[in-house]
Amino acid sequence: MKGSRLRAALTPYALILPGGLWLAIFFVIPMVVMLSLSLQSGNITDGYQFTWNWRSYLDGVTNFHDQIIRSIWYGLAATILTIVIGYPVAYWIAFRGGRHKNVYLFLILLPFLVPFVLRTISWQFFLADNGVLLGPLKSAGLLPEDFHILATGVAVVFGLAYNFLPFMVLPIYVALERIDPALLEAATDLYANRVQTFLRVVLPLSLPGVFAGVLMTFVPASSDYVNASILGGAGNTMVGNVIQNQYLVTQDYPVAAALSFTLMAVLLIGIFAYARALGTEEVLEVSAR
Amino acid sequence: MSVIPPSDPRRDTALLRGMTRRRLGPGRRDLFRLAGLSAAGLALAACGVQGRRAAPPQQSDVEKYWSGRTQNGHVDFANWPLYMDPKLPELKAFTERTGITVNYKEVIQDNASWFAKIQPQLAAGQSIGYDLMVVTNGIQFTQLVQLGYLVPLDHSKLPNFAKNAAEAYKREPFDPGNVYSVPYASGITGIAYNPKYIDTPPTSYAALWDPRYKGKVGMMSDAQEIGNLAMMLLGVEPEKSTPADWQKAADKLREQRDAGIVRKYYDQNFIDPLGKGDIWICQAWSGDIFQKNVSDGTDLKFVIPEEGATIWTDNMVIPKTAANPVDAIMLMDYFYEPEVAATLAEYINYITPVPAAQDIIRSHAAEAKGEDKELLEAVASSPLVFPSEADYAKLHTYRSFKDANEQKQYESLFQAITTA
Repeated sequence: MKGSRLRAALTPYALILPGGLWLAIFFVIPMVVMLSLSLQSGNITDGYQFTWNWRSYLDGVTNFHDQIIRSIWYGLAATILTIVIGYPVAYWIAFRGGRHKNVYLFLILLPFLVPFVLRTISWQFFLADNGVLLGPLKSAGLLPEDFHILATGVAVVFGLAYNFLPFMVLPIYVALERIDPALLEAATDLYANRVQTFLRVVLPLSLPGVFAGVLMTFVPASSDYVNASILGGAGNTMVGNVIQNQYLVTQDYPVAAALSFTLMAVLLIGIFAYARALGTEEVLEVSAR
Repeated sequence: MSVIPPSDPRRDTALLRGMTRRRLGPGRRDLFRLAGLSAAGLALAACGVQGRRAAPPQQSDVEKYWSGRTQNGHVDFANWPLYMDPKLPELKAFTERTGITVNYKEVIQDNASWFAKIQPQLAAGQSIGYDLMVVTNGIQFTQLVQLGYLVPLDHSKLPNFAKNAAEAYKREPFDPGNVYSVPYASGITGIAYNPKYIDTPPTSYAALWDPRYKGKVGMMSDAQEIGNLAMMLLGVEPEKSTPADWQKAADKLREQRDAGIVRKYYDQNFIDPLGKGDIWICQAWSGDIFQKNVSDGTDLKFVIPEEGATIWTDNMVIPKTAANPVDAIMLMDYFYEPEVAATLAEYINYITPVPAAQDIIRSHAAEAKGEDKELLEAVASSPLVFPSEADYAKLHTYRSFKDANEQKQYESLFQAITTA
C-alpha cells in the first residue's frame, strides 16, 4: 500500500526525467556556456577569461546594427510572404481537400525530404544569371542582359519564404481543420455572405494557427544564415552570417555570443509585442496547440 | 519627527505593511533562488576558454617527442578539395612501397573554419582524427604554432626535403628553419576572368573597380586576401604595411562595394559562378582556374596584374595529438621525391617546392602524345607552376602580425566590408 503511494508520487518526476535531462544537457548548459562566453574577454591565443565584460554587447550592436535590422526585415518579409502564400493553401486543403487531404499535406512536406542546404543550392542554379529561368528570358530580349535575381535581398527573402513555408501551412491547416462546419452553416443561416463568414468566423478562429506559424517562421528566418550566404550577395549579410563569421573566422567568441543573445532578446520582444497586439495572453500555450 | 497627516497613505497600516514587508517572508524559495544565482555565477565563471601560449621548442623537445615513437602502418591525411588526382596515384604508390595505408580526406574548406573545428580538440589534448594536415601560412598557422598545437619536426626523418626542396622554401618567414612545417604547394592569388564577357584582358587590379563590370565582380571574403589586393592597387607593399595603409585599403574596398560593383564576397566557391557567367571577373587562385578549364572545358583566364600578386604556401603539419606521427612524417618526406612532386604538380597546377620536378614533367611531356603532351608542356613552362626569379620579385606575402590585437584590428577593418 505504502509502496504504491510512493510510486504514484514519483511517477510525474519519472515522466519528466527524460525530457528534463535532455533540456538540461542540450539547452541549459549550452545557454550558460554562451552567456558566460558573451561576458568574457581575451583572445584565442591567450584564452578567454570571465570578466563581466559587457563591452561585447555594445561592440556587437554598434558594429552590426545594420545586419540585425536587416535580419528582422528579411524575417518579417519572408513571414508575410509565407502567410500570403500559405494561408490560401492551408484553407484549400482544410475545406476543399476532400479525402486526399493527407496527400496534399505530404506534398507540402515533400521538399523537406531534401536537405536544407541542397534545396537552397538548387535555387541558386535555378536563379543563375544565365540559368534555366533567366537565360531564355534574356535571349528572348524580355530582360536586360545585366538583370539578376541572385545576390539581391529579394532572392534571400524568397529563399527564406520557400524554406519555411511548411512551418506556416501546417499550423494554419490544423487551426482551420478544427473549425466546426456547423459554425459556417450558422453564419450562412444568419445571412452572412462568404466574405463576411470568412472575416468574422474563419479568420478569427484560425489566428492562433497563424500565430504559431509566425513563431515557427519568423524566429528561424531572422536568424538564418544559409539563404543569405548562398542566394545573397554583397550587402545582404544577415546577423546569422555575422555570428558565424565572428565565431569561426575571427574567433571573437564573446562578440559572437553577445550578438546571439542580442538577437534572441530582439526576437523575444517582437514576439511578445505581437502576442499582445493579437490579444493572446498565453503565448506559449497557444503556440503549443 | 514630523507629524503624519491623516490623509497620508502612510497612516494606512495595511498598505504600510504591504509595502515594507515581503509577502511570504524570507522563505525557502529565496534561499533556493540565491543558491541558484550563485551556482549560475560560478558556472559562468567556470566556462573560460583555455588558451596557452607555448614556448618555441628546443632540440631536446624534438628528441623528447620523437623518441620511442614507431611506425604504425597507417596515416590519416586531411587536405583541401581538388588538391590531388582523385585516383590518388601518389598515395597508392606510397602504400605499395611502405605498406602504410593512407586515409585521404579533402575535408579542409578554409583555414578559419578548420581551425575552429580542431581547436577545442587540440586544447583538450584529444585526437582530431588526422595525423597530417595542410594549413596555409597566415593567421591560423601562426595561432597553431603559438598555441603549441604542432609537432616539431625531426629533420633526420626528412632526407628528401633536405635534398630536393628549393632554397626559398627552407627559409619561409612564417616558419624559419621549417621547425613545424614543410610546404605542400604554393599558389598565387591574382585576377581571373571569363573572356566570353570581357574583351580587353585586364592588366591591373583597377579592372575590379571598373564600373562597366558593375555587379559582375567577385571578391574574396578572406581579410588577408582582399587587404593585400587593395594595398597592391594603392602601391603599398603588404608585408610592410601600417595600420594607416590598411585604413586606406579598406576605404578603397568600401568605395568598390558601395558603388555596387561587387556582386559577392566568396570564400572559395568563386569558380562555378565565374564559369556560369554570374560573375565575369574575380579575385582567384591560380591552380583552381587551370583545373576548372581542364575538367569542365571552360576557357577561363588567369592574370598576374602589373601591381603584383599574393603568394601563399600551403604547409603540411602534424597536430600534436596525432596517433601516427612517424607514418605522417614519412608521407611528408615522400612528397619531396621529384617524381612524386612532378605528377602532383601536373594535376594540381600549383607551384611545387621541388624544382627538379620541372625536368621530369618535361620528360613526361616528351613521352606523351596529343592533348596530354600539350598540357604537360604547358605545365612545365607555366610561370604559375615554376615562377622565374622575375616573377617571384612581383609576388607579395600576407602581412604578419606582432600580436593578437594587431591582427584583430586588421581583421575587423576588412570584415566590416565583407560582412556588411
